[in-house]
Amino acid sequence: MRNSSWGFLLMFLSAFLLDLDAFELRKGQKTERISGSAGDVLEDDPVGRLKVFVYELPSKYNKKILQKDPRCLNHMFAAEIYMHRFLLSSPVRTLNPEEADWFYTPVYTTCDLTPNGLPLPFKSPRMMRSAIQLISSNWPYWNRTEGADHFFIVPHDFGACFHYQEEKAIERGILPLLQRATLVQTFGQRNHVCLKDGSITVPPYAPPQKMQSHLIPPSIPRSIFVYFRGLGARAAVWENFKDNPLFDISTEHPTTYYEDMQRAVFCLCPLGWAPWSPRLVEAVIFGCIPVIIADDIVLPFADAIPWEDIGVYVDEKDVPNLDTILTSIPTEVILRKQRLLANPSMKQAMLFPHPAQPGDAFHQILNGLARKLPHDKSVYLRKGEKVLNWTAGPLADLKPW
Amino acid sequence: MKLQALQQSYANRGRSNSFRGPSALDSSVDGGTTAAVKSPASIFWLILHCFCCLISLVLGFRFSRLVFFLLFSTSSINNLYTSTTTSFGTASDIAETLSFTSSNRNLSPLVVNNTSTVATTSRVVVGRHGIRIRPWPHPDLKEVMKAHKIIEAVQREQRVQYGIKNPKTLIAITPTYVRTFQALHLTGLMHTLMNLPYDVVWIVVEAGGATNETAALLAKSKLQIKHIGFEKKIPIFWEARHKIESQMRLQALRVVREEKLDGIVMFADDSNMHSLELFDDIQKVEWIGAISVGILAHSTHSDDDPFEVQKTMDEKDDKKSESPLPVQGPACNSSDQLIGWHTFNSRVYKGKHANYIGDMAIVLPRKLEWSGFVMNSRLVWKEAEFRPDWIKDLDMVVAGDGNDDIESPLSLLKDSSMVEPLGSCGKKVMLWWLRAEARADSKFPAGWTIDPPLEVTIPAKRTPWPDAPLELPSNVGKTTIVTQDNTTEKRATKTRTPRTKRTSRGKRKRESRNADARRNSGERIEN
Repeated sequence: MRNSSWGFLLMFLSAFLLDLDAFELRKGQKTERISGSAGDVLEDDPVGRLKVFVYELPSKYNKKILQKDPRCLNHMFAAEIYMHRFLLSSPVRTLNPEEADWFYTPVYTTCDLTPNGLPLPFKSPRMMRSAIQLISSNWPYWNRTEGADHFFIVPHDFGACFHYQEEKAIERGILPLLQRATLVQTFGQRNHVCLKDGSITVPPYAPPQKMQSHLIPPSIPRSIFVYFRGLGARAAVWENFKDNPLFDISTEHPTTYYEDMQRAVFCLCPLGWAPWSPRLVEAVIFGCIPVIIADDIVLPFADAIPWEDIGVYVDEKDVPNLDTILTSIPTEVILRKQRLLANPSMKQAMLFPHPAQPGDAFHQILNGLARKLPHDKSVYLRKGEKVLNWTAGPLADLKPW
Repeated sequence: MKLQALQQSYANRGRSNSFRGPSALDSSVDGGTTAAVKSPASIFWLILHCFCCLISLVLGFRFSRLVFFLLFSTSSINNLYTSTTTSFGTASDIAETLSFTSSNRNLSPLVVNNTSTVATTSRVVVGRHGIRIRPWPHPDLKEVMKAHKIIEAVQREQRVQYGIKNPKTLIAITPTYVRTFQALHLTGLMHTLMNLPYDVVWIVVEAGGATNETAALLAKSKLQIKHIGFEKKIPIFWEARHKIESQMRLQALRVVREEKLDGIVMFADDSNMHSLELFDDIQKVEWIGAISVGILAHSTHSDDDPFEVQKTMDEKDDKKSESPLPVQGPACNSSDQLIGWHTFNSRVYKGKHANYIGDMAIVLPRKLEWSGFVMNSRLVWKEAEFRPDWIKDLDMVVAGDGNDDIESPLSLLKDSSMVEPLGSCGKKVMLWWLRAEARADSKFPAGWTIDPPLEVTIPAKRTPWPDAPLELPSNVGKTTIVTQDNTTEKRATKTRTPRTKRTSRGKRKRESRNADARRNSGERIEN
């Protein structure tokens, strides 16, 4: 008996040690585990942890809009369309609304594009209102909780404030009807009107195939210190560092943009029109440490991904000292950040691949939703109780869509 | 759409803080008064406007903007205000105030800020702080060094992660002998080996015994070298030379066997050209590998164009196996398995190739050159347990010293299909075979140092020193001064007559120049 227990102990120890080694040599490269404030949750499987019911809306809310303008599939806000498609065929979907934990309304509010491809948010509030009116009159589930167990994907610049200009967006505030719902949006800024508590911040859509096709062998040495290609909005960086040989910055997008990012140590992700930026996704995919220059920004899946360990935060007022800040980071810290970035689950969490793959952004959204379960008893309203004001908001929004 | 909206918003903002000059202020100040009635304020502004225009004309930029900024900005500018109003008179005063204001650090970022927000609508400013520019936006040298150290560390880590792990020692075997082109070839090979990030053991086998000359050449490197002498001398004829070289390589293999050197053996002929990628690639070999060798069968002054000959051959036999490419190496099928060999087709050059060293014709390689093979050194170790069964023992193949000769390392194998094709299955040529030699009887300075000094072949026409031979100090630099001495002597004897011929035109110039030169050289030599 004693021998067998010793044997077990030895086996356990050896397994533990071997496990460590195996983890270190996984896929031939050293990567580090990513543990955010919600734990090691990037690899969680949401299947079985929640059930989502997808409302059947008339196609004028989704398919017809897409047919009118198929460019919506490729722009930064395409997440709303792909999420709908993913949910339709996902195992978390349930056809029985009685057992659903979350309800999804497939309305493509960001698909009204200008000739240049930029989305116009002017009709979006009316569209959303009209969709909510529909679901509240045809199904009882909205009125049961006034939307507290519903979630909406609002990937546009300032989320459910539905405007691209910050002042106007703040003026409008979040659409009153969405006060109780969970919002899945790209916008995230602390202490901002347009970021509701409990929202799930997601990365903007970046085409996965396009990025995969530009991968170069990882053994090519990284020789650029700081890399940035972007529009004139990042003028502070340009003015201060255009003469600095360590900074490879320009306003023109070369065709080798993705390859160049893979040859850089740091990639700048300054704020643009809205605080978030697709540069962050690109930096993570290409293993370039993101330098986030946006005060109070809330980054995607912030509870699952420890962004402070992965990227470098620089206050906007500290931009003139960017070179001092970056060169004073200790080498071990930089190498650790690169190891975290090399973790494939990190890269996968930033992408919306089609078909969906385990650990990708769709699954992270579902994980986020699953973490909010079970719903608090207070979300269920008593009979006749009304919280939402259906007539709040600018008059123009009340017009039917 | 967004841009237009932004433009609108900025236009609105612009209207509220106007920097547009006195005309705007006119309208805001006057309000209801018509243009005809001029209030004292408006007259004052008009005069001011005229002054500013004149000054702007003189200075070349819109001075009024700066002035109005000074007048209306909220920072403590009272002193400056008085100074500017009192100094409207002369342009020099204005220039002084300008320099004063520009040196004031408080102002400059704000000035830039304002110009940037108002000036152009193409520069979009979305940040909440405006653009901050530090006063001296140039890189700090210490930071640049730190950044480079960071980049170095990152690249080192990349090499550890994605590069070769546990690199093996490289054992390079080179047969050589003393001849004119030896220094050329050996120096190139030496520098290639010195540049490798791996440990190198260089076995240099020298025909005709180990000489000091070769040893001196090899000593310039910091490599670990085994300099071995081989009694026989290199013969004149290429065929025989190839045979002797094979024997020399076998001798080196015996050294590997005896000393039990561990690593990867490659055959680096001194006249070959190696790419550094080759050495990274051969680290992958397990037992014996083959690489593609580019054959540079150079031809000098040959009457026939060798390519012409090849073309006719192609027309005659349409066989696919006749590869027109001068590459020797493994041939693979689509699933990257070794199926055969590309060998050098020497039929084309029949009768036209070089027979002896220094012959002005194409030097041909053998069917499969030694340099195209790399092997694990354990293949040649005595003990049989270190090598797989399909390798023959070295002693069995080679019947001791004497007239042994194996064409290529393939003779060491019982099963030549076990050879691993390297260099992405032979598709990548990282090694070039070349034989470039001078005639066997050509002379060259021993050790390539010129001692004693050479005879003058062409005297210098215009020398800065005078004709008459001077007494030079004995220990001043061997070659140069001595030749000068020679030229002066020779000139003294030879060139008097041409000089007299040339006197007509430039005599005076020459004499003056010579006189100067004499003076200068005299001074120099005295020093």
